[in-house]
Amino acid sequence: MHAPKVVEIKRIIEETDTIKTFIFNWDGEPAKPGQFMMLWNFHDEKPMSISLIDPIKEEIGISIKNIGPFTEAIHSLQVGDKLGLRGPYGRGFEITGSKILAVGGGVGMAPISAFVNEARDRGVDVDVISAATTKNELLFMDELRAADVKTYACTDDGSFGFCGFATEFMEEIIKEKDYDMVVTCGPEIMMKGVFEIVDKLKIPAQFSMERYMKCGIGICGQCCVDDTGWRICAEGPVFWTDEVRLITEFGKYKRDASGIKHDI
Amino acid sequence: MLEVELCDIKMKNPTMLAAGVLGSTAASLNWAARSGAGAVVTKSFGLHPNKGYVNPTTVEVTGGIINAIGLSNPGVDTFYGELEKIEKTTPTIASIYGASAEEFSQIAAKVENLVDIIELNVSCPHAQKGCGASIGADPKLTGEIVKAVKNAVEIPVIAKLTPNVTDIVEIALSAEKAGCNGLTLINSLGPGIKIDLDTANPILSNKFGGLSGPAIKPVALRCVFDVYDAVEIPVVGVGGISDYRDAIEFIFAGARCVQIGTSITYKGLDIFKEITDGMKKFMYNRGYESIDEMVGIAHK
Ligand SMILES: Cc1cc2nc3c(=O)[nH]c(=O)nc-3n(C[C@H](O)[C@H](O)[C@H](O)COP(=O)(O)OP(=O)(O)OC[C@H]3O[C@@H](n4cnc5c(N)ncnc54)[C@H](O)[C@@H]3O)c2cc1C
Ligand SMILES: Cc1cc2nc3c(=O)[nH]c(=O)nc-3n(C[C@H](O)[C@H](O)[C@H](O)COP(=O)(O)O)c2cc1C
Ligand code: FES
Repeated sequence: MHAPKVVEIKRIIEETDTIKTFIFNWDGEPAKPGQFMMLWNFHDEKPMSISLIDPIKEEIGISIKNIGPFTEAIHSLQVGDKLGLRGPYGRGFEITGSKILAVGGGVGMAPISAFVNEARDRGVDVDVISAATTKNELLFMDELRAADVKTYACTDDGSFGFCGFATEFMEEIIKEKDYDMVVTCGPEIMMKGVFEIVDKLKIPAQFSMERYMKCGIGICGQCCVDDTGWRICAEGPVFWTDEVRLITEFGKYKRDASGIKHDI
Repeated sequence: MLEVELCDIKMKNPTMLAAGVLGSTAASLNWAARSGAGAVVTKSFGLHPNKGYVNPTTVEVTGGIINAIGLSNPGVDTFYGELEKIEKTTPTIASIYGASAEEFSQIAAKVENLVDIIELNVSCPHAQKGCGASIGADPKLTGEIVKAVKNAVEIPVIAKLTPNVTDIVEIALSAEKAGCNGLTLINSLGPGIKIDLDTANPILSNKFGGLSGPAIKPVALRCVFDVYDAVEIPVVGVGGISDYRDAIEFIFAGARCVQIGTSITYKGLDIFKEITDGMKKFMYNRGYESIDEMVGIAHK
């Protein structure tokens, strides 16, 4: 049933200065990496990717960046406070190939983290590029390293790891290693850069997109993209390269709550 | 076999995408057309941009969903750009809303060159004050708006009515008398409410929303049945249609065409092909050769 299920916040992890992960018990439908939940704080409801999926402990985690009124309100909550969750929704990442490169930018590392954990559990070799503006904003570095995942950091200001954009670094390492597949989530500008690289090299890739959402279940039409009309909440949020090629607004513009276009 | 005419507009089959379901952009309307819909109806748009209500704007209940999207749309001037991008392979119906006869006429006149029919939304159960069902509950006001829009445009005008009235036939007759070319029955029912048990909070931010989906089908069907008996103009049936059997039931009750909304949540846009294939098979097996033969045959 597409109605929120009220859950308690079980743990809160302060990941960076602006990002917190909230962990809940979840005995609803099992989630796949790349899928999202609609999160309800009894005033508003917004889409959030699933960053942690633990089918044994029946836990899911959501990592939220404080950027506005809704995310700020969530950040002020404590362990034991209640929130509503419905989902999981959308089409997640497919895990195919035996050597995968995952590229996450900012809070876009959230679904990438769930993906990397599951890929590793399945014995797939994954390298990760985690990018952020500055060192304190790098997400999941410690967890990934502790799990022995080869992780490269990129910071715009050079305060940690490679100095520059994830795409600049990606161009370097992708030549050295033979990746079967690339997955990416982050600012659309970054994903546009990833698109150009994988398209040139003909490496299959999956991209996780964001658009303004209301229903999350494919009926309101708010999240439809040009020119295909696909619903990001139902046909997406994850798309393969050849599908992204048909999404002509990718990297160019997106629509707000009333449907007015804004440049990306 | 499935061809029908609605207000002299030829359709390859009697199915349409219902207003407000995925119809907010040219791209999604084109996709519905390419998926097999016989016509597409846009999301209702008004004079000015409207963000609609704060989320949650939809929630599932037994037998359907309740929604209070709140008629979000970018306004007629921006929406005009979308209408221009519609592939003209399938008839397009513009659903419009407003707070006065003047507003309705202004919007209709702006877009009539780009669409085949205007559908007047005088029936949304959760629209802002003065719009939607508050108009459609008043036979006089409904008639005034129909008359004004008819005077403003050359193309056919159909009115979409609300079931939340004592006597829908009275409203239908008033619209017909004002010159309306057809009627769409029904908009979502209610409004209804859903309350969370753990926190005692109504779930929708607007608290109330219109009920749609299989739960409202019997009511929608009865409205079509009643109105078909009373009017001469064609009736479009909508409410809870999820397979070809539902569609045929509406046609037997008197609908010339049917619109599909909520079921797209569960079946995606492939539902148009599923329903039209099912209808063809049904007609083939029963020896019906056209939709016209079947319209209203439940009235014996
Ligand atoms: C599929 C998907 C997955 C997401 N996953 C995450 C995640 O894991 N972590 C995270 O921190 N954020 C995620 N987001 C983004 C998150 O939903 C918005 O950042 C959040 O709603 C901002 O709300 P606000 O009130 O704090 O900020 P506001 O100042 O109101 O909005 C800031 C920006 O957020 C976007 N936004 C606002 N409302 C919505 C909405 N209803 N639907 C989509 N975008 C909206 C808009 O682009 C807006 O400009 C995801 C979005 C989508 C579509
Ligand atoms: C999410 C949603 C949005 C809707 N928006 C509109 C709208 O903008 N204008 C309108 O006339 N009807 C709107 N409706 C009503 C539908 O067009 C239809 O009349 C109603 O949902 C019953 O049909 P169904 O059971 O097949 O969904 C909306 C319905 C839903 C579910
Ligand atoms: S958010 Fe409603 S269709 Fe995607």
